[in-house]
This record gives sequence, structure tokens and C-alpha cells, in this order.
Amino acid sequence: MIGNFDIYIAGVGGQGIGLLSEALIRALDHAGLEVKGCDTHGLAQRGGSVSSHVRVGAGAHSPLVSEGSADLVVALERHEAVSAGRKYLKEGGVLLWFDASWQPLDVRLGKEGAATEEDVEEAASLRKGRALRVDGEGLPDPRMQNVAILAAVCRRGLVPGLSLQHARAALSDLMAGGALEANLALLAD
Amino acid sequence: MKDLGSTLLREEAFEEIVIGNTAVARAMVEAGVRSATSYPGSPTPEIAEALAAIPADRRPLRFEFSTNEKVATEVAFGSALNGHLSVVFFKSVGLNVAADSFVQLSLMDIPGGLVVVLGDDPGANSSQNEQDNRHYALMSYVPVLEPAGAQEAYEYFKLAARIARERHTVVILRLTTHVCHAKEKVRFAAWKPEPLDPTPRFDPELQNYIPIAASVFPLKRRALERLASLASDPLALSAKRVDDAGNRKRGVIVAGNAYLSLLDALAEARERPDVLKLGLVHPLPAAALREFLAAHEEVKILEELDPVLETQIKALAYDAGLRTRIIGKLGVEELMGEHVPGAVRRIMAATWPDLYDAPPPQALPAVAAPRPAQLCPGCGHRSAFYAVKKALKDDDITVADIGCHTLGHLPPYRMGRVLLSMGHSTATASGLALFNTTRRVACFIGDSTFFHAGLPGIANAVYNRHDVLLVVMENGTTAMTGHQDHPGTGRNWNGETTKLPVRAALEGLGVTNIREVDAYQQAKLTGMVREALAEPGFKVVIARHPCMLKFTRDQRRKLKDAWKPKHVRIDQDACTKAHECVERFGCPSFQRGGGGVVTVSEDLCIGDGSCRQTCPAGAIVEKTGGAE
Repeated sequence: MIGNFDIYIAGVGGQGIGLLSEALIRALDHAGLEVKGCDTHGLAQRGGSVSSHVRVGAGAHSPLVSEGSADLVVALERHEAVSAGRKYLKEGGVLLWFDASWQPLDVRLGKEGAATEEDVEEAASLRKGRALRVDGEGLPDPRMQNVAILAAVCRRGLVPGLSLQHARAALSDLMAGGALEANLALLAD
Repeated sequence: MKDLGSTLLREEAFEEIVIGNTAVARAMVEAGVRSATSYPGSPTPEIAEALAAIPADRRPLRFEFSTNEKVATEVAFGSALNGHLSVVFFKSVGLNVAADSFVQLSLMDIPGGLVVVLGDDPGANSSQNEQDNRHYALMSYVPVLEPAGAQEAYEYFKLAARIARERHTVVILRLTTHVCHAKEKVRFAAWKPEPLDPTPRFDPELQNYIPIAASVFPLKRRALERLASLASDPLALSAKRVDDAGNRKRGVIVAGNAYLSLLDALAEARERPDVLKLGLVHPLPAAALREFLAAHEEVKILEELDPVLETQIKALAYDAGLRTRIIGKLGVEELMGEHVPGAVRRIMAATWPDLYDAPPPQALPAVAAPRPAQLCPGCGHRSAFYAVKKALKDDDITVADIGCHTLGHLPPYRMGRVLLSMGHSTATASGLALFNTTRRVACFIGDSTFFHAGLPGIANAVYNRHDVLLVVMENGTTAMTGHQDHPGTGRNWNGETTKLPVRAALEGLGVTNIREVDAYQQAKLTGMVREALAEPGFKVVIARHPCMLKFTRDQRRKLKDAWKPKHVRIDQDACTKAHECVERFGCPSFQRGGGGVVTVSEDLCIGDGSCRQTCPAGAIVEKTGGAE
């Protein structure tokens, strides 16, 4: 790989972003790439915005991705896709988003409008990038959306050098038994 | 599947992808730590999670979550007095709680050695301030090592342990949030297990361990001399590096995580300054600093938070008669927030405007609604706030404490509107009730905080007859930091133990006016608060409901495939769009659609049903299999 490759992952506490970033970091390591990262835990409970930073390449020093610098933004929720895309996507980057909606407080209180698919598209186009939508159709369990999106990252070749076999090896490091089998099925070639 | 417990006990050298906290746990094993203590607080609890992954019968050290940071420090001190290498770890503000004992430690000869691992939180990611704990080190003559990332956290812990043990003293390993949580492949050394020598070696003849009046001075002299000698100790000084770019004009002195941000920020710079990266940040390595200053015309001191290095280095340069231009903080902004790569880039551009050709990329303005942390679906605190609010007038005063229930200050509850520190609520409320005959005062506290620092304020309210209502929000765990046990749960980190019920503790402190209710019984709770507020003196309502996040996880784990998700649904024919559920009860499961139609997100709803009693139309119903 030439140069660094920065990935910013955004979601809502409770969506399983920790497993996604851990699996992605390990998959990149299995691919023979130099990788580091950081989860922002903040307050440990559910429901606030959470993010993970993943940085690939020998020239990446801090574990944190800078604003406007992510080659790839992965969002597990629509509002987070809009926020993360606008804040972190670099020019020409890819915004991969899972189309779930967990309305933030102000939307539920009727003070703000809900984010739309058009808002996500706009965030990407303002950065001259692409928005790629993934949905949960056919997922046996909504909690597997994190692995579904890992599969999408690999299948669409969004990170140079990363393929499904690396993701499978990473998940095998992290889980066993029925959970591993169910998730490996999502990562089949 | 890789097993973390076995990984931490590997006897051959290896490398593994871990976070800084896990690297520190392995360093404890390698260094021969026998006793570790803590009170849970971000960013450090994952150290305990790593230790918990080691099977109890193979664990080479004893661990406990103590009732607070001061107690944890004292237990660590005691075990180290007996000759056992000991560690205490906690979050930044935990040192305030521990301070009364902590500041004495450098006066003591500690045969086992004691390492204090601090999780400072620049950026206040999960704390009520971003205090810079290096100030404590200066006032108490304690050495500090400060790593930049996970690999260094591991190496510096072992160095801190070695210094502490060899010099019979206390050493701080100062981590920051994104060192604790930084994840990278760390290279670990081999480990040779050593059998425990349980001999209690405390020897009161070793020194006078009672510092009082004149006996303080020989102890203080020794502490000062020990500290001074460390500034030229080759072992301690091994923790520093110089990145020599051959630049004799410009240099940067930096420490900790900001070093990595600096490397990123310099990647696009037109010129590469030399960098002196410190590992030992107290005492400062004076000779190395003088040499670096003398070799450059201009030196920027890049440090996160307060100008602790800056003031010392400027004094050192003055004493040495150096004419180097030393550039410190250029404004209050540089004292605030984390030194992430973007911030460091701005600082470097402000320091040397010719360093960059173009400004760095910026974020676009935010348009989507922000998403603050919130109480989980099913949380008993939501029912409690909803019910307590009904018993209060708009201008009554409510006081928050620290824990999940602090989130009650957000809309739609707006309950608990002032916060200082762990356990402050009863005493702050007591003061708010003075001279006050018109606005009633209610305060909140969670059960773990109750045992941590809540008890003295409660004893005071009884003793000095304060007119306050305390609502204990009892969820049976320390939920905010990851569900650790506490003295009220009947379990400690190592297993079953004596249970100290909140009610028994209150009665023991002399509280006589106590009511108890399940927080889901909202009407009953509202009534109890109304009654209690009408009574004089100090009174307590215990609003109890188990943490539903923990409960649901435990059920899933226990029932496995037999676990079936439960949900409620809105009967759209019955719904009158009063919006009590979505606007006032405010469970995040309720989603607002077009035309004011409310639906229930099945990703979020756990089917606890605590919302059903809030609907004036009775339109929230249990979802039965297949319906709708």
C-alpha cells in the first residue's frame, strides 16, 4: 500500500461498533498491513454517538483520524452517516453506511427533522465522494449488522489489500461456536 | 478464538494487538505485581477486565475493586509495606479522592514498591473536568512516567515498577484516555513466573512511619533527595528519545500522546524540527533539556493541558543563562482539550506560520441532530425521573450526583441540575435548603456512588438536621463504568461476600425516614415523594430497579437459544398522538414518523413495559407473536 489509509467508523452505543473495529483491525493485520486504532468509549452506556478510528500504514502515528482526512467512513446509522461524513470524509472518499435509523433525542422531541438518504448522499457529494448504502435485508439477527458491514467493506474492495479471507481469520480470533459460524456465513466468498 | 487470559500468561515472548490498558495488565504480570486495587472509572476499567480474563486459579496477583480511590490507594500501600509490589489504578479525578493519603506516600519507605496508574482525561471525554494530575506529582514529590501509546505504556509500567521496587517508593504511570484505549500490535517480553513469598515484612524500625511535627522533616528531605537523584538516573532517563532532523534552528519538546500527534502534524510540514520526546516528566531530565535548548535557536514546548513543563523548562533555561527563544502556550485554547493531530497542527502553524503551505482539511458544518448519551430502554432511572418530576413544582431544586442517573439533567426530564463530584449531592442539597422556605430541595445518588463518597454527606444531613429529600437510584450495579459490583450487591470482584444493603447503611447512619419502592411503580413513587417532601428533616426514598442493560444481557447469556426478544407496540387505532411516550417519558425506542405517528423500534425496545402506564390512551400494548 502506498501512503496511509484512514478509516473512521461511527455508530450508536449498543450497535456493536467495538466488535466491528476490532475485527477490522485484526483483518488488516492478517492482510499483512501495519495498523493501529482507537475506540472512543466515552460514557460506557448505550445510546450516545460512538466512534472508532482505524489507521493503516507505517506513516500513521496517532491512533486518531483527523477531520476531513478519512479515506473511508463507515456508519452504522443514518444520522451518524450524515454527521461522520461531513466531519471526517476526505475529498474523493467513500461513505459506506448501514441504513438503520435510531432517532436522536431532538428528532424524537420534534425539535429537529430526521436525517434522510438524501442527506447522506449530500454529505458524500460535498466531499466529491461516493455514498454506498447497505441494508439489513436477509440478516438473521439485527445484531449482526456490524459483520454485514465488514463483509461489504471486503466485498466491494474498499480498503486496498483487504479481502474476505482476512475478515474470516479475524472473526475466528474473536469468537467461537455458533456465533462464529453464523457470522462466517455472512463473510462467505 | 484467541483467549485473552492465556495470552496474558504466555511465558515466551510474543506480540499481540491490544489496547494500552491490556498492555499494562500484561506488564503487571511480567513485573511481578502481587496486589492491584482500583475503583472503576473511565479510561481505566479495561485493566481490570484484562485481569478478569485470567482464570482465578492461575492469576499471579490479587485484585479488588475497593469502595473508592482513597481506600484502593491505602490497600495498595499496606500490601507494598509488607514487601509486595503493588499497583493502584483509577481515573483522573479519582486522585482527588485519594489525595489525602496519596500526598503522604513519598514520605514512606515502601519495601515492595508502589505504582499509581492514572487515567487522565484531556478532552473530558468521560469526566467532569480535564484536570492535569502532574500538579499532584509536583506537590507530593512523586516521579511520573508518561507513555505515548500502548507499546510504551507496557514498557514504562515495567520501568515504573522497577524504580518503585528498587527505591522503595511510589511512582506514577500517567496514562491519558487515548493511550489507555489506543490499539496496536505490542511486542511483549518473556515471563518467568516467580512463587509468591507471603512473608509480611512490615518493619516499623525501617523508618518512623508516623509523620508528625518534627518527624516530617527527615522524611521530606529523603523524598526531595530521592526525586533529585532520579533526574540523573540512567534507568529513568532511558525513557526519552531525540528525533534529530539536523535542524539547529527549531526544536520541539513534547511528552505523551501529543508526541504521536506531532509526528502526524509534521508529515506535511515544509521543515522538520528536531524533537525531544520526554518519558520521565517529573523530575525533568535537566541535563538533556539544557543540551537540547542550547542546540536550538527556538524551542516549542508542546504539552497537553497545563504549562507544567513550560514553567519548569523556562526556569531551567534562565538558571543556565540560555538565550534560546522558548515558545510555550500561545493562549487559553492551548490549555484546553486534547492534543489530537488536528489541534497540534493548528498549534504548530501558530508557532511557526511558515511551517505549512496550506491549511489542513476542515469538517463541514454539522446538520444532523447531535446524539447525547441517554438512559437505556427499560432503565429504572427513566421511570424514577418521570415519576419524581410529577411530584415536584417547576421551581423546586434538584441536585445530581455522578453515575448513569446524571443523564436525567437532559430533556425531557431536566432532573438534577447541578453536579460537582462523586457523593456531593446530599451536602450540596443541604446547603441549597438553608434559609429556603419556598423551593423544596431533592437530590439523587446511585448505589455505587452512595458507598464511594455518599455516606459522609448523609451522616451530616442527619447530624445537622438538614431539610432535604434524597432519592437513592438503586440499580444494583456500577452501571456507568461497565457493571462492576459494589458493597450493596453481595458480590465483590473475587466472588460472594457480605451484602451491605443501602437501607441498612442508611439506618446505621441514623436515617429514620425511609421509603422504598420499585421505580417501575411510577404512581406509588410519585405519591411517596409528595408525602416525603411534606415532612420536615432529612428523608430518603429508595427507587429501586435492576439495571436493565445488565439484566437483559444476563438473560440472553443464561437462556441462550431459548431467549426470545420482547417488545411493545403502539395500537395506532387507540393512539391519540398525545406524545406522552416520545416527548415526556422519552424512551429512545419511540420513533417519530410523518404526521406525528409514533412507532416502536424493535432494535431498541426490550419489552420491559415500563412505558405502558404513561400512555393516557392506553395505546402502548405488549406485542404478541406475529401480531402487526
